[in-house]
Amino acid sequence: MPEMNTQPRPLLAAGFADPVFDSQSAFRAAMEALARPGRIRPVGTASLADAPLLPSAAALVLALCDFETPLHLSAHLGGQSGVAEYLRFHSDAPLVPEPSRAAFAVLDLEQDRLDLEGFAQGTPEYPDRSTTIIACCASVETGAALTIAGPGIAGVASLRVAGLPADFAAQWAANRAGFPLGVDVLFAAPGTIVGLPRSARIIGETG
Amino acid sequence: MTGNTPMADYNFAYLDEQTKRMIEQTKRMIRRAILKAIAVPGYQVPFASREMPMPYGWGTGGVQVTAAILGPDDVLKVIDQGADDTTNAVSIRAFFARTARVAVTTATADATIIQTRHRIPEATLTADQVLVYQVPIPEPLRFLEPRETETRTMHALSEYGLMHVKLYEDIARHGHIATAYAYPVQVAGRYVMDPSPIPKFDNPKMDDCPALQLFGAGREKRIYAIPPHTRVVSLDFEDHPFERNRFDVPCALCGATDSYLDEVVTDDQGGRMHVCSDTDHCESRRAKGHRGTMLADEPVHPADRRSKLEAAE
Amino acid sequence: MYVAVKGGERAIANAHRLLADKRRGDRQVPEIGVDQIDGQLALAVDRVMTEGSLYDRKLAALAIKQARGDLIEAIFLVRAYRTTLPRFGFSEPLDTAAMQVRRRISATYKDLPGGQVLGPTFDYTHRLIDFALMADSEGEAPATAPAEAEERMLRVTDIIGAEDMIEANPAPGEGQPVGDLTRDPLGFPAGRDLRLQNLARGDEGFLLALGYSTQRGYGRNHPFVGEIRMGEVEVEMLNEDLGFAVPLGDITLTECQMVNQFKGSLTEAPRFTRGYGLGFGHCERKAMSMALVDRALRADEFEEERKGPAQDEEFVLSHSDNVQATGFVEHLKLPHYVDFQAEISMLRAMRAEVAQRLAGQVPEAAE
Repeated sequence: MPEMNTQPRPLLAAGFADPVFDSQSAFRAAMEALARPGRIRPVGTASLADAPLLPSAAALVLALCDFETPLHLSAHLGGQSGVAEYLRFHSDAPLVPEPSRAAFAVLDLEQDRLDLEGFAQGTPEYPDRSTTIIACCASVETGAALTIAGPGIAGVASLRVAGLPADFAAQWAANRAGFPLGVDVLFAAPGTIVGLPRSARIIGETG
Repeated sequence: MTGNTPMADYNFAYLDEQTKRMIEQTKRMIRRAILKAIAVPGYQVPFASREMPMPYGWGTGGVQVTAAILGPDDVLKVIDQGADDTTNAVSIRAFFARTARVAVTTATADATIIQTRHRIPEATLTADQVLVYQVPIPEPLRFLEPRETETRTMHALSEYGLMHVKLYEDIARHGHIATAYAYPVQVAGRYVMDPSPIPKFDNPKMDDCPALQLFGAGREKRIYAIPPHTRVVSLDFEDHPFERNRFDVPCALCGATDSYLDEVVTDDQGGRMHVCSDTDHCESRRAKGHRGTMLADEPVHPADRRSKLEAAE
Repeated sequence: MYVAVKGGERAIANAHRLLADKRRGDRQVPEIGVDQIDGQLALAVDRVMTEGSLYDRKLAALAIKQARGDLIEAIFLVRAYRTTLPRFGFSEPLDTAAMQVRRRISATYKDLPGGQVLGPTFDYTHRLIDFALMADSEGEAPATAPAEAEERMLRVTDIIGAEDMIEANPAPGEGQPVGDLTRDPLGFPAGRDLRLQNLARGDEGFLLALGYSTQRGYGRNHPFVGEIRMGEVEVEMLNEDLGFAVPLGDITLTECQMVNQFKGSLTEAPRFTRGYGLGFGHCERKAMSMALVDRALRADEFEEERKGPAQDEEFVLSHSDNVQATGFVEHLKLPHYVDFQAEISMLRAMRAEVAQRLAGQVPEAAE
């Protein structure tokens, strides 16, 4: 991953320089990303340059997670030196090994196998009790274009995410079929994010 | 454990600090609820609403949502009954101006966040705006079924027959659907949702709206959302389609014929006049030269209002 | 001609100024001190602490002063302050058997180890206005007894429990988190922890009326006051780093344990059941009402038919909070003229249609 520093470090890397404004700004990017699926949003990560994982993903965790949100780290990220310590320290979120218990999950699209069904899907009475996935990727401007439609989109929109697995459209169709149950995904690339809420449908794939 | 209160610090400035701290701690939890609400349009996400420094019923839900999304670059507008100058709108706007030091406006077009009670502005909202509704009773089925356990199951099963029965009973009794405000809608073909007590005149504005719409119910501890460009359908029947009420008079101040009007009682002889409920809409029309039949040339102090009205007769 | 009314901001500021003036009252009369409220209106302070769910006498007294004696307003002030405080965790379960008892009575035994201790009670006062209090009074010093060696005062429910005649207290869920409805919205059915938290914060008047209704047959549960005790209990909190519980200080509590209607079957020997009430300070009426309602809300647990409002969990727990209730009731005085306009327009249209129909100008809509 670009920007990712996997060297062990003597001291924990810094979190947000200004927790109030930086959290607000990262949250607002996430809100806009999920409200307008496919639309690319910048995420300010200036103070997180030394984070042991992709700074835009770190910004989302720091903005959204705390001691009330079980956090799942993927096999790859969990094995990366310092990632768990960093997120634990700065967010206070309890780490859970089971993806199905996670309120938030962080994974790396290039290194981890994506299995949407394995995460918490919510219940018919409480569909909000589901996992929000933060998926690190190299880019949200390259990669095969998916045509998406649904709430938040005037007509149709295009979604490009580098490193999506070949069966992603099929997995997403299954996720969409379970609506209102299902997971929501925030794709985090260097400096930018793009959102795919469970309400979105993939209606076409073009090279 | 007694007697440790820092009494010396408990002064007005401390109240400011206290208010900010309260909001900071609550925001993250509200933000998570907002993301879920956006992902499942029309579904009421439970959240742990906190006691705010204003009473439940005064817009604590809207205030918490606004506080959670508000950033330093935002420009906030607050309306109650469509007006920027109603006491509760003034009070909430002052609260944010003081605690968040945010820019405030009364101009709909200049606002990035509009918090509202009971109205949707007349001007078409844009993609750069978020509309935050204050909601008293978020559950559209509540008056048909008071139990949360029951209504939750009805939403889970998309079982909305009861609502249709209620509306149809209205038709049988009155020849119409007798709901004039808080008229239920279905969002994105799935959840039936309470649009808050806006007049049904405003319902069509929710459909395919370019702005994000967020709804906060503080006392009932629910947040829900309509993402931009989402289909919002007012419930109706083929033989009794939803109808937006219309006024048969124009605004007496700006002459608008397509806005929602307040009826103002002008005397004790049955005298009435109608003026735009959206004060910004009315003022900007007047600024552009539109004039209604009762528009005064000079500003009139409220104390002089009665005599001026009499003089006009 | 017409110009809309403006000036909300100035009106609000002036109203606040007037309110402050009315709070102070006659300047010839000395201003009431927080210490006076704490010391001499102590039961009001206790109620505000209990329903405000914050143990701080000075703060509650100040809230009462600021609220001009309106206790629900004072409870609201305390609650709003409470939400600004960081939450460090939760205490170890309080051991009320170790209470330094100032009052302890049982209605189920004439005498018992530790004895009946009346303490400061209105119970046997004759309710005659004491005009002597119109003047300043030094008051008589209370009678005292020689201090006894500190010992645990057995709880009546433990005495009954020793014979296995009353259901056991539910075992504390070791390591289980304790629910907190200020952090998680209340869902139904609520567990015991959330039910008791809700009732402890609930309005005294509301719980009193509901408790009363169970006595009058709307969900009767045959209560006996096993015991009411009031006194000081030590609060301890586990320190993770030290690995043991650290005392934080003493708080005054009132506890009421009701002994209720027995339950048994052909295969299970019958036992009395429990209703539990607890509040900060001296709040006997509240603790007793809470215990009655707690027991009433356990109807499903004992397979009792739910036929009274006090047995209806959603109804009781959704309406017990006076800060929520007062907000929503009082919000009706905010402007509602937009909705009223919508309603009155609709009503006019409907009336016009009826008038036309009656005049025979339009055939019946149906058929």
